[in-house]
Amino acid sequence: MILDQANELVGAEKVDTTSDVSTGIDNALTAVLSNSRVERKNVAAVMFGTTHCTNAIVERKNLARVGLLRIGKPATTGIRPLYSLPKDLRAAIGDTWEVIHGGNEFDGREIWPLDEEEARRAAERFRKEGVEAAAVSAVFSPVSAAHEMRAGEILAEVLGKDVQITLSHEIASIGLLERENATALNAALVKVANTAFDGFVRSVKTSGLDKASIFLTQNDGTLMNVAYAKKYPVKTIASGPTNSMRGAAFLTGLTDGIIIDIGGTTTLVGAVVKGFPRESSVAVEIGGARTNFRMPDLLAVSCGGGTVVTMEGDQVRVGPQSVGFRIAKESVAWGGKVLTTTDVSLGLGKAKVDDPSCDPERVKKLLSEDILKKALDTIVSIVEDSVDRVKTSAQPVPVVLVGGGGIIIPPEYYPRFRGAQRVDRPPHFQYANAMGAAIAQASGEVDKIFELEKSSREEVLQRAKDLAVADAVKAGADPGSVEIVEVEEIPLSYLPGVAIRVRAKAVGRLKI
Amino acid sequence: MQIGPDEIERIALGAAFLGTGGGGDPFVGKLLALDAVDRYGPVELIQPEDVPDDGLVIPSAMMGAPTVMVEKIPNGSEGMHALNSLQSRLGKKAFAISPIEEGGINSQIPIAVAANLGLPLIDCDGMGRAFPELQMVTFTLYGIAAAPMVMADEKGNTLQMDTIDNLWTERIARSVTVQMGGSSLIAIYPMEGRRLKESCVRGSVTLAMQVGEIIAEARTHGSNPAEQVMERMKSVVIFKGKATDILRRTTAGFAKGEATFDGLDEFSGKSLKVRFQNENLVATMDGRPVAMVPDLISVLDLESGLPITTEGLRYGNRALVLGTPCDSKWRTPNGVKLVGPRYFGYDFDYVPVEELARSS
Repeated sequence: MILDQANELVGAEKVDTTSDVSTGIDNALTAVLSNSRVERKNVAAVMFGTTHCTNAIVERKNLARVGLLRIGKPATTGIRPLYSLPKDLRAAIGDTWEVIHGGNEFDGREIWPLDEEEARRAAERFRKEGVEAAAVSAVFSPVSAAHEMRAGEILAEVLGKDVQITLSHEIASIGLLERENATALNAALVKVANTAFDGFVRSVKTSGLDKASIFLTQNDGTLMNVAYAKKYPVKTIASGPTNSMRGAAFLTGLTDGIIIDIGGTTTLVGAVVKGFPRESSVAVEIGGARTNFRMPDLLAVSCGGGTVVTMEGDQVRVGPQSVGFRIAKESVAWGGKVLTTTDVSLGLGKAKVDDPSCDPERVKKLLSEDILKKALDTIVSIVEDSVDRVKTSAQPVPVVLVGGGGIIIPPEYYPRFRGAQRVDRPPHFQYANAMGAAIAQASGEVDKIFELEKSSREEVLQRAKDLAVADAVKAGADPGSVEIVEVEEIPLSYLPGVAIRVRAKAVGRLKI
Repeated sequence: MQIGPDEIERIALGAAFLGTGGGGDPFVGKLLALDAVDRYGPVELIQPEDVPDDGLVIPSAMMGAPTVMVEKIPNGSEGMHALNSLQSRLGKKAFAISPIEEGGINSQIPIAVAANLGLPLIDCDGMGRAFPELQMVTFTLYGIAAAPMVMADEKGNTLQMDTIDNLWTERIARSVTVQMGGSSLIAIYPMEGRRLKESCVRGSVTLAMQVGEIIAEARTHGSNPAEQVMERMKSVVIFKGKATDILRRTTAGFAKGEATFDGLDEFSGKSLKVRFQNENLVATMDGRPVAMVPDLISVLDLESGLPITTEGLRYGNRALVLGTPCDSKWRTPNGVKLVGPRYFGYDFDYVPVEELARSS
């Protein structure tokens, strides 16, 4: 998809992926450039959204052997590092770790001074065992990162520059085990990331887009340059749904509302706040690993375009099974045997599919209109319920409907969709994902515990905001355009009011 | 009976229910217990009757902020240090370990400590649920002193404390905990077997395990455990509704707040407010109290039947709100004085949840 400076759509193409990624990219670039007649030298930036990292973790493939250094003795040894990971994932990244003295308290004091000798010995062992990447996690590093940074330097001296090092305070927030897991995953992804992202760069250069800067999308809906992405590949995980939501919001000019993305097997529902997906506040699992890495807060329901509809007497049941992409073979309207949500809309004449092998009459012959209507009501109310779950207040909200499975909610239902101010299905909805990648901005964030003894609450909030803005500028935002989009205070319970956790996020236009 | 990995998983699930919205996430506690039985072998679970009358019982617990506990994880020996220090002060070895709070993270800590010391765990606790402060145990009702108590941190610091009453123990221990970095392991309420037998809430560990088993079983079948949990706990349905508003504020180290639910099905048109201070304290329907401390108020996800914590509660959650009778020891004048609605600042008298349900 190509956008101009005003974010107007210039051209878009969809091509199938190929087994070697670069051919697919070349095909897509060639197609979209020639159709839109854009001159190659005029392309300023190319943005990629990728699932390479997600796939590598889920499939346990091409992961680097990680050496994990935890700084927290004499605390933390009651639970071994990586102990909470699924066994096969732990085996795939090597289960190589050391725990050394150091780390901080919640108020920034040291638990113990960092033991640099222990760090060096751990590094030597990692080197002997041939680790391909290293990860460092220190207790309360989101409050004070000094120990992690110093240990990182020692690891770098011993392991050399070919072994990339990930520090946990740059990856996630409070929750040592979850942050450690996310940090180890990031380290494990460096091989995949280097290969894939270098491939992107090569494809762009060989396509003659010499002047273009290259970016990758993160799962918070913002962009990172290639060097940054190689350092933090874990940030690409779940960027796909995020892009769709951002793109859907943008296509309708919406900044606050609910996005419904109906796919083949699943419908994803999420909220956008000031144009960005709301983040999940609970621990999320990536490939079975519990992490506290920020992720979009999405509700997934088994009600997509290929979801199976069954009748038990008078009762209609929707899902959880689905024929997925086999819909054009297995579902009734295409001569198959399985009744799907799409069949229901087709059978009632409320949707059309441009495919000669699809015949809605087949559905009509099989089921009465009454039953089909009942099925449709059930499908609509499942989607209505999920929207209601995702909302943050009782007020009706604008709703945007995207995704190829969207025909299961016929347009005549839009005006009376429960809980919705209005429902939009934007033109070009099929490109929502690419659109979300193309309009992305740069962001910065902070999630730290601050002491309240020496500073007031207002001072602490201001400091958090300043840190978030500085981080956004580092990630490539134009300083003048950066604004704070989110500030959240989280109290520490069971302790007198001595500290407070603050999350702040800043976003700005990309400096190209 | 032995407590091994499977039992630990189940106790953690059941303890989330007994936590009545608070008590801390049992996740870290569970991993500590799992790691401990992995290293030292399973823990023997005994009944209060199995403890000789003059046998020494020492309850073990974690004190402080669960937020700290998930970051500065214990090294696993703090509880042992606290216990050893208290034993040498008393000049006597402990016969067994007892849980003090079966709700939330403290359902797991004593398992880890017992595994580490090779001592049996007693099937009881001092609450039958979770409460926010140290003096809020049935032991207090029987005149059992919290002190001498010992607090320990991961560095090896231990502090023995003698206090004039259990409320002072809470006050001083809370501020020492801050100095120790926000969490500490404690050995507290040392007592003889005969005192435990009269003062404890019996069967708490097996209760947590049974509730956990019901939940785990339902999970594997994709069914809803709520009905069976209610049957086991003798709970009543207080409300069925959707969370429409959640207010939170922090005062003196506690996350206080209230959640409002709009009624669904037979409760449609009605509104429920649940007030909490880490744990759920009081539920009022259209202004009228329908459940209150010390009875248990649990908010379960309507669809999955899984407990929702006060921290995890959000707008849009569809919930089944249950009221569960507390242990009868709490339903005495002294029990109500210690942990009833007036202690938490509510201007009404305690009425048992099942009576409130009958009168409505």
